[in-house]
Amino acid sequence: MNQVIMQQKNIAIIGGGPAGIEAAASLAGLGHHVWLIERDSELGGHLRLMFNLFPDKRPADEVLQEMLTHAQNPNIEILTNTQVVDCQQIANNRFALKTDKGQTLEADAVLMATGYRLFDAARKEEYGYGIYPGVINSFELEAMLKNNALKNVKGEVPRRVILLHCIGSRDEKVGNHYCSKVCCVTAVKQAIEIKRRHPDTEVFCFYMDIRMFGPYYEELYREAQEKWKVSFVRGKISEAAANLDGEIQIKAEDTLIGKPLHMRTDLLVLMCGMEADTDEPVAQQLGIARGQNRFFRSADNYTLYNNTNVEGVFTAGACTAPMNIIDTIANARAAAISIHNYLGCRS
Amino acid sequence: MWGFKIAKSQSINYDRNDKEIMRTVLDSEPSLRVCMACGGCTSTCSAGNLLPTFNIRRLNTLLQRGEYAQLRNELNNCMLCGKCTLVCPRGVNIRNIVLNTREALMKYESDTI
Repeated sequence: MNQVIMQQKNIAIIGGGPAGIEAAASLAGLGHHVWLIERDSELGGHLRLMFNLFPDKRPADEVLQEMLTHAQNPNIEILTNTQVVDCQQIANNRFALKTDKGQTLEADAVLMATGYRLFDAARKEEYGYGIYPGVINSFELEAMLKNNALKNVKGEVPRRVILLHCIGSRDEKVGNHYCSKVCCVTAVKQAIEIKRRHPDTEVFCFYMDIRMFGPYYEELYREAQEKWKVSFVRGKISEAAANLDGEIQIKAEDTLIGKPLHMRTDLLVLMCGMEADTDEPVAQQLGIARGQNRFFRSADNYTLYNNTNVEGVFTAGACTAPMNIIDTIANARAAAISIHNYLGCRS
Repeated sequence: MWGFKIAKSQSINYDRNDKEIMRTVLDSEPSLRVCMACGGCTSTCSAGNLLPTFNIRRLNTLLQRGEYAQLRNELNNCMLCGKCTLVCPRGVNIRNIVLNTREALMKYESDTI
C-alpha cells in the first residue's frame, strides 16, 4: 500500500460566517492549516442574528453551535476582530495577506467567504423605513422574535402584521434585478412564528410570486395557510404612510381581484434582499471578477462553481449569490474539496 | 332570454384576435414584455383609485392578448401622471405604453373605417 505523505498547506479564509466556519472545518479535517479571519468579535455572521431556520424551525443558535463544534480543530487558527488590509500574489502562486493587527499570513490558497450585505430598506423611500417606527426590516423582526419582544409602536402585541416580499430584490429601480431567493420562505417562517405566539394577530404576506425553492418549503407555505391561517395577497405594496396613531396605511393592488387595496397595519415588515459586499478590499486588490449582480462570478456555474478568475482564489456561500444556510454549508464543503484538489495538483 | 339564444363565448380567442395593435405597441415600447404583474402601477394609479373598472395592469395584459374592446373604452381615463412608471420595479414605461396604445388604436380605427 502506498502511503501518500501530504505536505500541509495554508489556507486563508476571509469571513467567519457559516460558509467560512464550514469550509474551515472541512479543510482542517483534510489535514490543512487554516486561518479563519473574521472582522467581528465572534464567528457566525448573519446566522448569529437569526432566531430559527426554515424549513424545520431548528433554533439558529443550535445549528451555529454544532458548526462551531465541528470547527474545533488544532489546524484552525481563528482570528477574530481582524481584517485583511492588504493581499498580494507572491512567488509560487502564493498569497501574502496583511491584517490590521500587523500579522502577515502566507497562504497557498485564499477562500472568499465574505457573505452578503442586507439591502438598506431606506433606499425604498416610498415605504418610509427609518421615518415611521411601524416600518421595520426582516432582521429587526427576527430580533424581536429572538428576544421575545414582538411589539407595535405603542408597546403592545400587534393586532396585524404585514410582511412585504421583494424589498431590494427583482427591482430595477434600486439596480437589483435578481431574486434574493430566501426572503419568501423567511417570510413564511416568520409569519408562522408570529401566529404560533400570538394566534389573535392577523398576518398578511404581500407577494409577487411565492418562490418555495427547497425541500419542505412548499409544505411550510401550506402549513402557514392551513394551520396558522396566514393570509397571502398577490400584489406589491406601492407605498406606505403612518397615520396619527402610528399605524401604517398601505396601498397595493390585489392583482387576483384586479382592484386597488388599502389596509392598515401595526407593523409593516420589509423582507430585505441580499446584496454583494462590493467594498471588500481583498477582492478589489486580487481583481476577482463580479457578475452582473455584483456577486463574485464563478469560473463556471456548473462545474467550477467555487473557482474564480484568479488562480488559487476560491469562493463559498452567499458572496457568490443569495444563499440559504443549507446550501451555504454544502457549498462551503464543495469549496473545501475544490481547494484540496487544487493544492494536491500543485504539490 | 336565457335558454333561447346562443350565448356568446366570453373566453379569449387568441387565434382569432387581431394582433396588429399589440405588435405595434410592443415594438414601439418593448419594456411591456417584462411586466411581472406585481400591481404596483394599479396600486398607485390616480385614476384607478377613483374609477370602478380602470386597472392599468389589467389593460396592459388585455393589450397583449389582443382584447381591445375595453382598452378603447377605458384608456382615455388615464391622466398621464406617470406615477405607475415611477413605481414599476421592472422599469416598464407604462405612460408611454398608454400613449402608444391610444395612437395605435386611433390609427387602426381610421384605417378600418
